[in-house]
Amino acid sequence: MAVEAGKRAALEGTVDFQAILKEAGLAALVAFGLAISIVGVRTVTIPGGLGLEYRWEWVVIAVVGVFLGRFALAYRRETRSPGRRAEREEAMDRIGAQVQRMAKVAGPLLVVLAIALPWMPFSNRYIVDIATLVVMYIMLGWGLNIVVGLAGLLDLGYVAFYAVGAYSYALIAVYFDLSFWICLPLAGLFAATFGVLLGFPVLRLRGDYLAIVTLGFGEIIRVVLLNWYEFTRGPDGISGIPRPSFFGLPFSRRVQEGEQSFHTFFGLDFSSMHRIVFLYYLILALALITNLFTMRIRKLPVGRAWEALREDEIACRSLGINPTNTKLTAFAIGAMFGGFAGSFFATRQGFISPESFTFVESAVILAIVVLGGMGSQIGVVIAAVVLIGGTELFRELEQFRMLAFGGLMVLIMVWRPRGLLAHRDPTMLLDTDSPSATAGKSSP
Amino acid sequence: MSVATAETANHDLTIPSGARALLTVEHLTMRFGGLVAVDDVSFAAGDAEITAIIGPNGAGKTTLFNCLTGFYKPTVGRLTLDRGEKQFLLERMDDFRIAQQAHVARTFQNIRLFPAMSVLENLIVAQHNALMRASGYTVFGLFGIGGYQKAEREAIDWARYWLEQVRLVERADDNAGDLPYGAQRRLEIARAMCSRPALLCLDEPAAGLNPRESAELNELLLYIKQQHKIGLLLIEHDMSVVMEISDHIVVLDYGRKISDGTPAHVRADPAVVRAYLGEEEDDEIPAEVAADLAEDQDPGADGSGEVRGG
Ligand SMILES: Nc1ncnc2c1ncn2[C@@H]1O[C@H](COP(=O)(O)OP(=O)(O)OP(=O)(O)O)[C@@H](O)[C@H]1O
Ligand SMILES: [Mg+2]
Repeated sequence: MAVEAGKRAALEGTVDFQAILKEAGLAALVAFGLAISIVGVRTVTIPGGLGLEYRWEWVVIAVVGVFLGRFALAYRRETRSPGRRAEREEAMDRIGAQVQRMAKVAGPLLVVLAIALPWMPFSNRYIVDIATLVVMYIMLGWGLNIVVGLAGLLDLGYVAFYAVGAYSYALIAVYFDLSFWICLPLAGLFAATFGVLLGFPVLRLRGDYLAIVTLGFGEIIRVVLLNWYEFTRGPDGISGIPRPSFFGLPFSRRVQEGEQSFHTFFGLDFSSMHRIVFLYYLILALALITNLFTMRIRKLPVGRAWEALREDEIACRSLGINPTNTKLTAFAIGAMFGGFAGSFFATRQGFISPESFTFVESAVILAIVVLGGMGSQIGVVIAAVVLIGGTELFRELEQFRMLAFGGLMVLIMVWRPRGLLAHRDPTMLLDTDSPSATAGKSSP
Repeated sequence: MSVATAETANHDLTIPSGARALLTVEHLTMRFGGLVAVDDVSFAAGDAEITAIIGPNGAGKTTLFNCLTGFYKPTVGRLTLDRGEKQFLLERMDDFRIAQQAHVARTFQNIRLFPAMSVLENLIVAQHNALMRASGYTVFGLFGIGGYQKAEREAIDWARYWLEQVRLVERADDNAGDLPYGAQRRLEIARAMCSRPALLCLDEPAAGLNPRESAELNELLLYIKQQHKIGLLLIEHDMSVVMEISDHIVVLDYGRKISDGTPAHVRADPAVVRAYLGEEEDDEIPAEVAADLAEDQDPGADGSGEVRGG
């Protein structure tokens, strides 16, 4: 309605102030309703019990703020020429294309930088730790990108697979005492199996329905982990998860008789940095494998079918593509990488509990994919660095960083719904030079 | 509501040219609640010829296609596709299996491309199943073993061949969504042909094309018929297209078959004239249809009469 009015106003060159005022008034009314209970009244301890403190000035500020803000927004919308938006979209597309082109050169450079990071003069334990966290989220983002970016399946419960990976790793490692390198693929396999099991019933659903059901499944997994005490030790979590070893050489200070650890084997002084740097390289390698895999599978028929399904499922059916199987592979492969990241998380922390796998995790990973630009590998890197690195750096701001995070998401969704760097390069090109091999006679 | 025919349904399965029946539709009925969109329709479509399905708006043409290609499960009816070596009962198959195994390809009334993918990619996706096999269901392709590279090159050559047929070689690497309307229609046909169909169903391929594009389309369809020897099922409103290129015409009105035969037969059938030059007022586009029909009819038919359809 408002948009219609806006178009009309833009065409006529006049602004309908009455409509704008009405809109702003309505927003202010809602703000009033909310503010009166949320900021208007506050409980305080007074001598002799709990009392109420009224803060009317805050309510006034909130209402006036909302009114003015809404007014300004509506005014801007009404007066802006309609072509502007398209122009901006185009400009952003160009930037996206440019970044993508640059990524071809900058990508390997970034990898080299990432490898060199622990050896930089400025680097310390704190920096390597944050870098590990960022790379872990990059890997999760890349994993989810297969599901959301390529196959277009909005999965709000990705953390479920992350949890399955972490728990499978922890349980196998604790109960069967298998080494990291055996547990890791097993955990990935378990997560992928879960992907198939969960995917099978839900992938018939579309769009919003799928999102809601995956959200539910994510929560169910967490609740099961929380309540199945005999198996998962519920809220107590699993501790004493074995730390990864350097191909059999543990990173421990004290060594048992007749055995060696990393530092004795290489004749180094013991340093706790060894393990931290090793973990960093481990996740870097896992993430790079995820990326290589994605880049490769995009150019295979199944990858193209994912993208085609995202574009138009009906057309895919009419071309003989089995939509359920194709979506299931995307779901399972995405889940597998989530599982790998989960096992890494478990081995790094040494302790896991259901608390680490709440919906907020899913939301953060999804935010990385969506902000970066769905389907864009480099976009995920940038978004992860900004979101995870940024929130870590601004830890002092406490709850405000989540507010900023939410605000950023809203802005992007309004401003550029397909993500900042959404730009897609074709997976193959027609080289027009070579003559057609099977060409019959030319066009009729 | 004026129903065109009150007589008993016509279950004629003959193909005027005497060609082998590729598709046989028997007693096809599709109900949506109380609405009978396709009502006890039977006809046969010959191999290597163009069978046109015509009829006014809402006659049930698209619904017929949707039943054929498995998007709707028919309420009643049998749909047999006879590829000589093998028969398929389409009404029992899933939509994607119909395309995959029976090799029925289709286009859509409102174009359905993969807009964010390149033109070439659109054509490669159409060859999905063959390429899937060549890539060892992804496993071998991932590690670059097996004949995937070669299969992909062949797929590109096949795509290039169809790009040449629809004059889109220059646009091969552009996004399909960026093509002008007429080119999108041609691309959709090329994409369907890339899947190597035995039967190609085209839902109003000439809609929105200018006369020159429309003439080119006729040539393309004739070329496909002659060169590739496949059956074509064509929904079309443009009478000039239909009369010129089809071998066989089936006319639907309110879900029922009202006429079936050669273009000459259908043109002269009074039931068709009645359906097209009915007495209702809500005419949409049909000026040219009316003109075409009037032209083709005996001079007595009044071209300026109220026309339903479009
Ligand atoms: N999925 C559906 N649910 C309910 N009714 C439907 C459905 N699909 C088609 N119909 C109805 O069936 C009738 C036939 O529609 P159909 O689309 O087959 O007509 P058509 O011959 O293709 O017409 P047009 O020339 O406009 O494309 C219409 O009355 C339509 O409203
Ligand atoms: Mg139709």
